Amino acid sequence: MSAADTTTPAKVPPPRPAPPSPPSAPNAPRRGRISGGAATPWLLLAPCLLILALVMGYPMVRLVTLSFQKFGQSQLWGFQPAEWVGFANFTGVLSDTTFWQVVLRTILFAAGSVIFTMVLGMLVALLLQRVSGWVKTMVNIVLVASWGMPIIVATTVFKWLFDSDYGILNALLSKLPGVELIGHNWFASGPQGLAVIMLLVVWGAVPFVVITLSAGLTQVPAELEEAARLDGAGSWGVFRYVTLPILKPIIVMLTTLSVIWDMGVFPQVFVMRDGHPEDEFQLLTTYSYDRAFQVNDYAQGSAIALITVLLLLGVVAVYMRQMLKIGEVE
Amino acid sequence: MSAISTGGRPRKSKLGWNLLGLLVFLTAGFPVYWMLNTAIKPAKDTIDPDPSLFPTGFTLANFRRALAIADFWGPVGRSLIVSLSVVVIGMVVGLLAALAISRFAFRGRKVVIVGILAVQMVPLVAMIIPVFLLLNDLEQYDKLSGLIITYLTFILPFTVWTLRGFIVNIPRELEEAAMVDGCSRTGAFIRVVFPLLAPGMVATSVYAFIQAWNEYIYALMLLSQQHQTATVWLGNFTTKHGTEYAPMMAGATMMAVPIVALFLLVQRKMAAGLTAGAVKG
Repeated sequence: MSAADTTTPAKVPPPRPAPPSPPSAPNAPRRGRISGGAATPWLLLAPCLLILALVMGYPMVRLVTLSFQKFGQSQLWGFQPAEWVGFANFTGVLSDTTFWQVVLRTILFAAGSVIFTMVLGMLVALLLQRVSGWVKTMVNIVLVASWGMPIIVATTVFKWLFDSDYGILNALLSKLPGVELIGHNWFASGPQGLAVIMLLVVWGAVPFVVITLSAGLTQVPAELEEAARLDGAGSWGVFRYVTLPILKPIIVMLTTLSVIWDMGVFPQVFVMRDGHPEDEFQLLTTYSYDRAFQVNDYAQGSAIALITVLLLLGVVAVYMRQMLKIGEVE
Repeated sequence: MSAISTGGRPRKSKLGWNLLGLLVFLTAGFPVYWMLNTAIKPAKDTIDPDPSLFPTGFTLANFRRALAIADFWGPVGRSLIVSLSVVVIGMVVGLLAALAISRFAFRGRKVVIVGILAVQMVPLVAMIIPVFLLLNDLEQYDKLSGLIITYLTFILPFTVWTLRGFIVNIPRELEEAAMVDGCSRTGAFIRVVFPLLAPGMVATSVYAFIQAWNEYIYALMLLSQQHQTATVWLGNFTTKHGTEYAPMMAGATMMAVPIVALFLLVQRKMAAGLTAGAVKG
């Protein structure tokens, strides 16, 4: 593709850890080099599994137990032991209308972000096949640059773009005839503010989709498209019946990943609202955080987080099935 | 819409697509451009209700102000310590695990692979509360070591999975040939596999470094104000008196430029690794 990003990564100087001190030489081979010995792989895996068990496994268990306990400030400081309360946290959360509003908002937000990301990503990827080389290089550089932007930086920049008094967007839009937006506060209402945040999320997510789909598109055999065209298929027909089916595994993967990422949007909302999202801006992630660290009800916060994870399990299952299907996981 | 890629007469029809491509270029690039533009133009021009789209001058005053507003090098130093430690530990531990799942056949291998993939899918935000309580119990709250070990949970699955992808692409026969010639398994790895793996390892480490560097929520939650890291530092420009946008964009530029540069260097290698083999049904 572009010359700029073809530079061999082998020459990258920066953090170059773990030089030639690879596998812990002592306990490795000796016997049974062909079958490998039953213990060797487990020894190699041990440190990784240990760390994951400590900082992932244990908190996961704790998340579940917490959501069945009463756990507030006094439990945090150890003045009182945590008390088992059964399903009280869940009934509390589920009977709260605010919670259901938050769930609905989160789903709408995530669905909108995913759909826009995927459609725009596909369109740009297809467009990149049709433009001249230099345009392609330019677009690629911009895409990679915006992909690489730290989320926090991107959020701050968007906050500035949409500033009510001096933001460039209001100034530009006001140049259109009949539009007067100077001083318009995009964050005065939840839906508008979340639309801006969605734009930020989509802007950050499209590059990954475009670049992945572009890589996939290069693998679509030209003969197949040619054959379809000879058989009388138009551009849409070729896309619908040749390109799309071939790209399907990638699309399923990208969509499931996007759903998981967009359901987990947190810093964008949090930073955009200066650390205190208003009720109208709460998504499941910020709501859970709010419950735990603002209201100091860690148990209910955990219950909400757990519900979020459960909501996502279905999507994760689709993703895993796809990974197993394409044989990535032999 | 039709007759585009029919090969024969592309010259004319390319123009429309190129214009559309340029539009994508401008829209996608605008936020980055505006950040740079705001950072370098005089601060008084940023509070112009009718801002010029082009740079109105060049000044470094915003950068000076950004550096003065709150300690900058402290947070950067802490971010470096955290990210580099995460990368070093993550690469060593991750490489061992990647070798195990890509070069050994053993019972339970598939379970481990699926488990690692699944861990990667758990939204980190959902784990804040228990991680916070865990570190609180271990007296690791407000310690860089606590943050390092927390970051390992998302860096490790990623490094294991990516390195596995790179290792699988190195033909096993090379190793076997070396072993037939009298190398031990470890020797074969060091002499044959490792040199081939090095570029992939560099790319993976850079990518892991970027991820650790960019993390925000845990850095905010697990460290107090005086131990803040670089991403959290960017929040210092917003006070209750309002936001100082020009220095904030200068700060954003300082944060983004090194990271984007690193990212540009490794992106292609990583993108290839992410999708390798995904299409071949």
